Amino acid sequence: MLDRRELIKCAGLAALGTSLTSATAFALDTATLPFDNGERPLVRYPQKRPMIGLTSRPPQLETPFSIFNDGAITPNNAFFVRYHLAGVPLDIDPDKFTLEIKGKVSHSLKLSLKEIRKLRAVELVAVNQCSGNSRGFFEPRVAGGQLGNGAMGNARWRGVPLKTVLDMAGVQQGAKQVTFNGMDGPVMDTTPDFVKALDIDHARDGEVMLAYGMNGNDLPLLNGFPLRLVVPGYYGTYWVKHLNEITIIDNVFDGFWMKSAYRIPDTPCNCVEPGTAPKATIPIGRFTVRSFITSLADGARLKPGSTMLKGIAFDGGKGIREVAVTIDGGKTWTPAKLGKDLGKYSFREWKLPIKLAAGPHELQVRATNNAGDTQPTEPLWNPAGYLRNVVETVRVTAA
Amino acid sequence: MKHASLLTLVAAALSVASLRIAALSVAALSLGSAGAAPISYTLPDETAAFKAGPNLEVVQNNCTACHSADYVSTQPRGLKFKKDFWQAEVTKMIKVYGAPIADADVPKIVEYLAATY
Repeated sequence: MLDRRELIKCAGLAALGTSLTSATAFALDTATLPFDNGERPLVRYPQKRPMIGLTSRPPQLETPFSIFNDGAITPNNAFFVRYHLAGVPLDIDPDKFTLEIKGKVSHSLKLSLKEIRKLRAVELVAVNQCSGNSRGFFEPRVAGGQLGNGAMGNARWRGVPLKTVLDMAGVQQGAKQVTFNGMDGPVMDTTPDFVKALDIDHARDGEVMLAYGMNGNDLPLLNGFPLRLVVPGYYGTYWVKHLNEITIIDNVFDGFWMKSAYRIPDTPCNCVEPGTAPKATIPIGRFTVRSFITSLADGARLKPGSTMLKGIAFDGGKGIREVAVTIDGGKTWTPAKLGKDLGKYSFREWKLPIKLAAGPHELQVRATNNAGDTQPTEPLWNPAGYLRNVVETVRVTAA
Repeated sequence: MKHASLLTLVAAALSVASLRIAALSVAALSLGSAGAAPISYTLPDETAAFKAGPNLEVVQNNCTACHSADYVSTQPRGLKFKKDFWQAEVTKMIKVYGAPIADADVPKIVEYLAATY
């Protein structure tokens, strides 16, 4: 998280920023994520405000956490970026772009962006979150992208239901899964291309979307311009960017990114004893329930007395039923007032006035969804560092 | 007539200016969903570099084709993240991601990573 001083520096530079497309690297400052080896550069990329730089090739950018206090919608220029392979498509002509739908269909299709835009559009507010969001907090630590809590975001997506184009192509009897491939690819031919799969019924549920719009604008290039898959309630690994190839298959897809990567333990908690390996795994799916305090950063100092605590909560699509806060180590939990309901896949804002006496305090927040799922008080562990959803604690001092 | 052509000229000058701004700013290029202008995006240059250490050249030759040095420098540190950890990572790069690393280079890369990070 950024401290106040860093924020002010960022804000000043951001105001100068829109015409900067300098090809020279431009680290504005640094941010320190609250775990060991958490120093990161704050970097400026075209179409983005200063972001926490995790890696530069392929680019991975994390949203500075303070942005989540600004509202339920994450601005396009602050939305996190995650690529797996360094073959990022940097030159895209939307007039020449086509989406191919093929495989077990009555007739293969090649749709231009214009043709897709002419189809009946839908809009949906949905959170996208990286499977490995918050991986840096795992204990014991695990290999992978060492992210803080900023590999998530909430946007109003605009596009067409995937079902619409699947129906146009005519899915054949016996179809089992649909695979999704984007224009990004590996540097080496020997590296598996990033391809993901959904079951046919999921793909045809009417909610999975081919999105070309994000918060009233085109997708930023690094968020998948000109077209990406939106899989509401599911981890970002399925939200294939620069989507240009959809294949209907009559078997279960066995590509690397489904069969070997992005797997979670096949246990009731999808967790294992810390430091151990699971006996069996399944592909990652829906988000676990999470909630955050956004109005106070860990380590903040404030005046004793009344303060309005604010934050966000979300889950994998049941919708948030309750957010509760404790300031006494869990002895009493007080329900917060929920903000506007933007849909069951959206961030739900919450707020709660609290009174803090002089001294140190631990503020904790816990959400419960409409299915009764909630957050654990102790972190659950898995070797890939996915699904983190422990009750978050913010330590502050009133003085 | 004179006025009209002057206006046209001014308009042309303005549109050239705005085209220039658009060309300079990728942010501007992306605006307006009706516009179907091609996008050309420039990623910033990399600043992260592998730190000095034993077999640095071997590491640079084998690792940098596919990813930047910050993939390594941001990994967890400490006694638990030395030889075994890095051996597993290098093996993953070869077996899973198909990195064409010569057998003789593997121990050199592991030595560098364990000694340097």
